[in-house]
Amino acid sequence: MSGTNQGYHGSEDYIASKALMEIVNVAVVLQKPLVVKGEPGTGKTLLAHSIARALNKKLLIWNVKSTTKARDGLYVYDTVQRLNDARFKDKDISDIRQYIKMGKLGQAFNFDEQVILLIDEIDKADIEFPNDLLNELDEMTFHINELDEEVTAKHRPIVIITSNSEKELPDAFLRRCLFYYIEFPDGEMMERIIKVHYPDIEDKLVREALKKFYWIREMDGLKKRPSTSELLDWIKALSLGGVKIEKINNEIPFLGTLLKNEQDTDRFVRISTNQGGFGFKRR
Amino acid sequence: MFVDFFYTLRKKGVPVSIKEFMSFIEALYNGHFQSSINHLYHIGKAFLVKSEAYFDAYDLAFNEYFGGIVTENIELDKVLGWLENPLNRLPKMSPEELMEFQKQLEEFKRTHDLEEMMRQFRERLKEQKERHDGGHKWVGTGGYSPFGAYGYHPGGIRAGGESWMQSASKVAAERRFRNYRNDIILDVRQTKMALKKLRELKREGAQEELDIEETIDKTAKEGGEIELVFNRSRENSVRIILLMDTGGSMLPYTELCEKLFSAATQANHFKEFRYFFFHNCIYQDIYEDMANYKNVPTEKLFSLFNKNYKLILVGDARMAYSELFDVNGCIDYFSTNDRPGLEWLSRIRDHFPHSIWLNPTHRNFWGHYTVDTIGKIFPMFELTIDGLKDAIKALTSRTKNLMHQ
Repeated sequence: MSGTNQGYHGSEDYIASKALMEIVNVAVVLQKPLVVKGEPGTGKTLLAHSIARALNKKLLIWNVKSTTKARDGLYVYDTVQRLNDARFKDKDISDIRQYIKMGKLGQAFNFDEQVILLIDEIDKADIEFPNDLLNELDEMTFHINELDEEVTAKHRPIVIITSNSEKELPDAFLRRCLFYYIEFPDGEMMERIIKVHYPDIEDKLVREALKKFYWIREMDGLKKRPSTSELLDWIKALSLGGVKIEKINNEIPFLGTLLKNEQDTDRFVRISTNQGGFGFKRR
Repeated sequence: MFVDFFYTLRKKGVPVSIKEFMSFIEALYNGHFQSSINHLYHIGKAFLVKSEAYFDAYDLAFNEYFGGIVTENIELDKVLGWLENPLNRLPKMSPEELMEFQKQLEEFKRTHDLEEMMRQFRERLKEQKERHDGGHKWVGTGGYSPFGAYGYHPGGIRAGGESWMQSASKVAAERRFRNYRNDIILDVRQTKMALKKLRELKREGAQEELDIEETIDKTAKEGGEIELVFNRSRENSVRIILLMDTGGSMLPYTELCEKLFSAATQANHFKEFRYFFFHNCIYQDIYEDMANYKNVPTEKLFSLFNKNYKLILVGDARMAYSELFDVNGCIDYFSTNDRPGLEWLSRIRDHFPHSIWLNPTHRNFWGHYTVDTIGKIFPMFELTIDGLKDAIKALTSRTKNLMHQ
């Protein structure tokens, strides 16, 4: 790790802070799962895509939902199909193997090269979910009961886990992982992020838009504060719509791209009329 | 060698386990780290701290163990003044120059340790009388000097300014994560998370899960004709009643209580969620609205809800002696009560074995006779994230109120 040329350095379309890059590199070298937490829209999921592109590896994505069970990621034994096939003579049902379908984790273990496995929004699932994966992520191996076979990772995958902190993750699980909290980017960082997405955009427009954006974010009592992805949408709308910079000074065009529920819009209107000008009499 | 760091972390309240620390040390000795304290700070954080709630504590511990930021009084304003309006660009250098620079840096890193750098930093601060931008010696912006802001010097000391090259050793001292501490803030999201722990899974709802055993049984009985049997999946069966104090002494905690309230109403995983309000203490009536207009007889609580409901009371439990112990002690002038509040509270607790009291005031201020008395009736917890977690543990434990056994 002494050289600065190897390893992950962010990719063309993803700006990572130095600390994050260092931690990704350590996670890759030590083959430890990396838990990435942060506000929605701070680019947690994109990180895995960026790593995959930068290291030129294949990316497997396991989208976790509230109904997802840990076993789904390993393998699924399709009993109903087998039972159904048993009624007809056209298939050999004694071969259980054809009814075992590998989940994302199982697929990652079976790959002939090292892959990147993204376990997305792990906190969406049941509270116990991460604990059920402890051994599998630690030893990178699991057992298929129906076949009495052990599946061991040919190449330990690089595991990136994202969490919106809807539920807290169990300690035993976290102990085995590296942890990184993505902070909401500050103005300077945000400018770089915008530049990466829209290289040709006018500096002045970006600066004005950012000023407004952070002002809205700091408003009290918003249910959903606008995040990076909303800002990018907004800026795109502004530049496509050919909005004059002076216009942003006096009003917020395309407010709907930033604030997405009615209550927030009401709140915004109330605060901004109380404060008179848009954000300039704040302090 | 870093054993003391482990204890410093524990002392500051970071829940580091031995396993985590061992893997950190292991990685350290296997040479996976760059030899910079900045790197150590970030990587150490990833290994040792698993929640942003403890980032602040980590910063404190790191600062204590790896030498604090400048301790003597420096004229901070003056120094920050030198760093204002920086030359906002990185110095342009040819590759040869860069190589040469890199060499110098390695040399510098070899010969200077942090202690030495802090010493030089202080010295230079003493000598320096004015602003310097560029250059390589003085504290200023856009230069190669190891001290200052917006400059280029890996491993140098950043004094103020935004992190530009992310190469300052002292980010820890900024304590940027103070807001994430969980003994301080309690926001709606966190409260929701805590409330989510409140659950009891029972088989209810639509039949979606395939019951293999039953299916095989049925199929065998049907002589091989497939008969699929489905089961209900498990669902949360927790029913909650929230009773909140709206008394005047609760005013300072309105925001906190609002957060708890909105979290509880938004948490849609409860089977049932009911809420009522009271004023200082509970007598024969409780109220459906915050302004205490629509009254409901407290007796209704007993007839409408059985003992399986979990009851959460929120209040500061602080009131006049008479309000709790006397007949007609009620604070409202037009209300009378022929039984003292204490009796009502005890009745409530007897009816709801799973009940707890959340107190928004700090534990240190609980030394008050009515607080003590109520604390003996209901297990009392602080209305903080940690307190809420303990409270929920107490609510979900199978044994009835531990305090009364």
